[in-house]
Amino acid sequence: MKIAVCLKQVPDTEANIKIASDQKSIDESAIKFIVNPYDEYAIEEALKLKESQGAESVIAITLGPDRAKDALRTAVAMGVDDVVLLKTSANSSDALSAAKSLAAKIKETGAEMILLGKEAIDDGSMQVGPMLSELLNIPCITVVTKLEVNGSSVKAEREIEGGVEVLQTTMPCIITCQKGLNEPRFPSIRGVMMAKKKQISEEAVELDDAKLAVSSLSYPQSRSEGKIVGEGTEAVPELIRLLREEAKVI
Amino acid sequence: MSTILVFAEQQDGVFKKAGFEVVSQARKLADESGADVVAVAIGSGIEDKTGVLGEYGADRILLADDEKLENYNPETYKNVFVAAARDTKAEILLFSATTTGKDLAPRIAAAMDSSMASDCIGIGLNDGKLNVDRPLYAGKVFAHIVIEGNPQIASLRPNVFEAVKSREGQNVSAEKISLPDLASKISVIEVRRSGGDKLDVSEAEIIVTGGRGVRGPEHFDIIEELAHSLDAAVGATRAAVDAGWRPHEDQVGQTGKVVSPNLYILCGASGAIQHWAGMSGSKCIVAINKDENAPIMKKADYSIIGDLFEVVPVMTAEVKKFRE
Ligand SMILES: Cc1cc2nc3c(=O)[nH]c(=O)nc-3n(C[C@H](O)[C@H](O)[C@H](O)COP(=O)(O)OP(=O)(O)OC[C@H]3O[C@@H](n4cnc5c(N)ncnc54)[C@H](O)[C@@H]3O)c2cc1C
Ligand SMILES: Nc1ncnc2c1ncn2[C@@H]1O[C@H](COP(=O)(O)O)[C@@H](O)[C@H]1O
Repeated sequence: MKIAVCLKQVPDTEANIKIASDQKSIDESAIKFIVNPYDEYAIEEALKLKESQGAESVIAITLGPDRAKDALRTAVAMGVDDVVLLKTSANSSDALSAAKSLAAKIKETGAEMILLGKEAIDDGSMQVGPMLSELLNIPCITVVTKLEVNGSSVKAEREIEGGVEVLQTTMPCIITCQKGLNEPRFPSIRGVMMAKKKQISEEAVELDDAKLAVSSLSYPQSRSEGKIVGEGTEAVPELIRLLREEAKVI
Repeated sequence: MSTILVFAEQQDGVFKKAGFEVVSQARKLADESGADVVAVAIGSGIEDKTGVLGEYGADRILLADDEKLENYNPETYKNVFVAAARDTKAEILLFSATTTGKDLAPRIAAAMDSSMASDCIGIGLNDGKLNVDRPLYAGKVFAHIVIEGNPQIASLRPNVFEAVKSREGQNVSAEKISLPDLASKISVIEVRRSGGDKLDVSEAEIIVTGGRGVRGPEHFDIIEELAHSLDAAVGATRAAVDAGWRPHEDQVGQTGKVVSPNLYILCGASGAIQHWAGMSGSKCIVAINKDENAPIMKKADYSIIGDLFEVVPVMTAEVKKFRE
């Protein structure tokens, strides 16, 4: 069995996001990039499955610009065997065209278990996993917090509003990973050394024409200046009055 | 006549408020453009429950009712909806960005070879094209997006759009649609609901959240009691979840849930940027923190500097006074 992980490089959660002069993209110059946090769960789960199921190899695929190689190095340092960068010039905001490129590559690898994050925290679109399911015609279970693989049978728990759903399917399949699934390991020193030396193969891809376009970006409206109502319990009656009469929310 | 097709989500025969919000929003778009709003209801034994969709503005209700459709199954639900979209030649497909909507809509988009915008917080029509606003980078910026595909597809963030019974008393009867093959490679073995009628943070109009300052799972009683008095859901910061005090499903933030309640009360939490990412869409924010320099104190609409163990019980008592 081969396992594929799709991972995306995204701005650090602390990053200060500035809109670029074209008003349609962000200024990346001062941004630190990281592996999308949910994709770390996907990498960890892939490595665990490789160990427990005796899988042949784990390949990590990322679609993005040259800088995304750093994310692949992190994956290697964690223990991933092979990596590939699907190199794009355009910064696509369209999940479908990204999913099409990823699907083509996944097919080529012959992977039977495909692991993704539940969501990329930059665009937060939560689309790529379910879209791959359609494009590859294999089942996808999203937002998974527990995974059991037994031969080719796969049992997964997914988080739903106010509960948990237990689903069953068979490989090949796609799983999108949610926090709680595992604790991602830290890269080992040996891993970091290997990652430095790793030759990262890259393939140029042309994204399919997007059927949506960002016309502009803007900052959120700044919230009006807040009010310190007071200190300690004495301030409570006034707070309740403000919530009832001024904000009218209770 | 063009058609706006809406997925009307239900659970155990109860249609969700998030779905009414989408039907209401579709009604608005339809009134501007002269389109028809068609709601798709999928489930088992729900025929006599669909009427309410007409009151929120659906011109037609398409019903897929079958035992096999009792629980949400991504593949069967997708096949039913895609068949309805093809039959009605709908130009616009709308979903709510609930767990189910987020799982379902992208499958439909890919099946129909069309792109989509998810979790939108603004929507309008311009020259017949859907224009939406959606947050990027956890709400640090917003993108204005023109959707060009055919069909044009979007999901709307719950609690952002109003659910309006614009056609109160209107009686629209459901039309049963012929079902596609309901085979699926995925089977639902079990659905476990967490304790009784626990209100989920993503669906609540008021949320009371506790952070590290609550100091332990046993002290969450104080938070629970305030929440109870306000019919609110209880949220948690990642610090509280990682410490094992609260389940992950309660976590609000960048790696938790994004919420947009009317009122968000944050107790004993600093308001770190990753937590803010999940709560910044709240209409009114209250902070209770003993440190006047905590980041949240500059962002909250109202704050009290004080010890939550003293302040929160008094808040509960004050709320009970006028609620009784
Ligand atoms: C990749 C990434 C993703 C993350 N995702 C999330 C996320 O989704 N959600 C999230 O919440 N965090 C997230 N975090 C963590 C975030 O950075 C903060 O560490 C976390 O939100 C802090 O939680 P807190 O406010 O409860 O704790 P603290 O920051 O420790 O704040 C505790 C506050 O309680 C106050 N306090 C203490 N005792 C009392 C008392 N008796 N009465 C009143 N006030 C008191 C203190 O003054 C302090 O301000 C993420 C971090 C990273 C790196
Ligand atoms: N450009 C990309 N390259 C590789 N994987 C991606 C890319 N974009 C999204 N993914 C995968 O799809 C998941 C969901 O992303 P999204 O649908 O954009 O929220 C991510 O967690 C990744 O696992």
